[in-house]
Amino acid sequence: MSDLTSLTLAEARDGLRGKKFSAGEIAEAHIVAVARAKALNAFVLETPERAREMAAASDARIAKGEAGPLEGIPLGIKDLFATEGVRTTACSKILGNFIPPYESSVTANLWRDGAVLLGKLNNDEFAMGSSNETSCFGPVQNPWRRRGSNAPLVPGGSSGGSATAVAAHLCLGATGTDTGGSIRQPAAFTGTVGIKPTYGRCSRWGIVAFASSLDQAGPFTRTVRDAAILLRSMSGHDTKDSTSVDIAVPDFEASVGKSIKGLKIGIPEEYRVDNMPPEIEKLWSDGAAWLKAAGAKLVDISLPHTKYALPAYYIVAPAEASSNLARYDGVRYGLREGSSSVTELYEKTRSAGFGHEVQRRVLIGTYVLSAGYYDAYYLRAQKVRTLIKRDFEEAFAKGVDAILTPATPSSAFAIGEKGNDPVEMYLNDIFTVTVNMAGLPGISVPGGLDGNGLPLGLQLIGRPFDEETLFAAGEVIEQSAGRMKLPEPWW
Amino acid sequence: MSVDAADVRRIAHLARISLDESRVEPMRAEINGILQWIEQLQEVNVEGVEPMTSVTPVKLKMRKDEVTDGGYPERVLKNAPQTEAGFFVVPKVVE
Repeated sequence: MSDLTSLTLAEARDGLRGKKFSAGEIAEAHIVAVARAKALNAFVLETPERAREMAAASDARIAKGEAGPLEGIPLGIKDLFATEGVRTTACSKILGNFIPPYESSVTANLWRDGAVLLGKLNNDEFAMGSSNETSCFGPVQNPWRRRGSNAPLVPGGSSGGSATAVAAHLCLGATGTDTGGSIRQPAAFTGTVGIKPTYGRCSRWGIVAFASSLDQAGPFTRTVRDAAILLRSMSGHDTKDSTSVDIAVPDFEASVGKSIKGLKIGIPEEYRVDNMPPEIEKLWSDGAAWLKAAGAKLVDISLPHTKYALPAYYIVAPAEASSNLARYDGVRYGLREGSSSVTELYEKTRSAGFGHEVQRRVLIGTYVLSAGYYDAYYLRAQKVRTLIKRDFEEAFAKGVDAILTPATPSSAFAIGEKGNDPVEMYLNDIFTVTVNMAGLPGISVPGGLDGNGLPLGLQLIGRPFDEETLFAAGEVIEQSAGRMKLPEPWW
Repeated sequence: MSVDAADVRRIAHLARISLDESRVEPMRAEINGILQWIEQLQEVNVEGVEPMTSVTPVKLKMRKDEVTDGGYPERVLKNAPQTEAGFFVVPKVVE
């Protein structure tokens, strides 16, 4: 890795402004890194020409003194975000060669602020997965390996390409989306920082929809500060998404380094699950000790409905997905399997175009919404969701400012290791999914290594629209744990 | 609750996904595995609990009912697998 790819986003920004190097140079360094990293399969589309053009435009703006907040910063974009004129597939065969004639609002915000597009990043098909193994472009490799082993590990999912690209220094930051943990789990598996902001903080317009009441975009970076910088640019009200909230976007970076003295940090007993590996226990108590040492007050709290969040999620998310994915019909875009009957055209197209995991989720969603089953499944799940949210509200009402938990129940597992039982794969999101169900912000910050030398992440959960506290407390964790030393390239 | 092979075929047809006969049985087993696991929700007391309709207590904004976008059929049709004279083309649906 060259010096320019080892910079943090903040260092690159400051260096570009101080004219220590040009946007063209920093783009070129990353284009080379991406081209060398094909073995990781993080990028499903590289856009070096577009990156060079955008970098040249950035250099011109820097010369004129008109640099934006992300001027000249090369980013990778999850292939779930529509990018105008650049193929967008959600890593599904059914979208085929879809070239969006429009730009997603989040990426439009990034280009407005001067960022540079390096290419599109791999993910689980339609963001349905926790290992990036359901992508039609094949699995992504985690740059991390177990000590003394060459076995390829998953980067987590669904934003696996984003996590790997940032961890392997292929870009200075990346976008992700998080419906049940798809930013925080891969961030934990790759030693990177990932935040899912409050539902409504980022516009969903132009992001391929999975489960609309849960989906939210957020950044991947190598430091907490970088995540604060990137999230600020991604956020903001958008008239094209009625669920995006019209409130001011704070300068999140100003919270990084702020004292957490007197903050009340909740430790929820229900997250101490059966058979929790001792390494995860230790990570959690280390995190609590670091926050305490920085002046925070630890309080035990109870979130009694925690264990029901995941099963309720696996009703709500497939139900919404089955509705959202009805649009892939072989008529308006993407794949079409010909037939003389329109019903058969739909059925053949969707059978050939959707992968197995997606088909199963659409079928479950169809079942739980079908006549006679709606009340027993969907309605009950939405009631449970109210109870999950109430648990958090009661904790916050008692003065808790943020909640500390592990981000995942384990470190990264091997490709192919969890292929057979869908429920076993779903359990990966046990600590993250509650946050989506309640619409809260959650950040994953690297907290240490396990016995195999693999990274583990700590999660902080905040009050609605209080990402600032997460950045302040996340910085304390990063400073206390020490910046994660990312793997040397073997690829 | 659990599903049998006929249920799986019915759901697949409702979802407009054709399932080869060889895929029905594995799909049935997987769906039942998940439904069985979801069953634990039955033990939660939800009496008097309102189902969630929105995670954020935000009131939807009203705007003037007017056209704000559109007027470019060629862009709308650009990615279509088959078009003719400014329309999407599907197999004949009316006799």
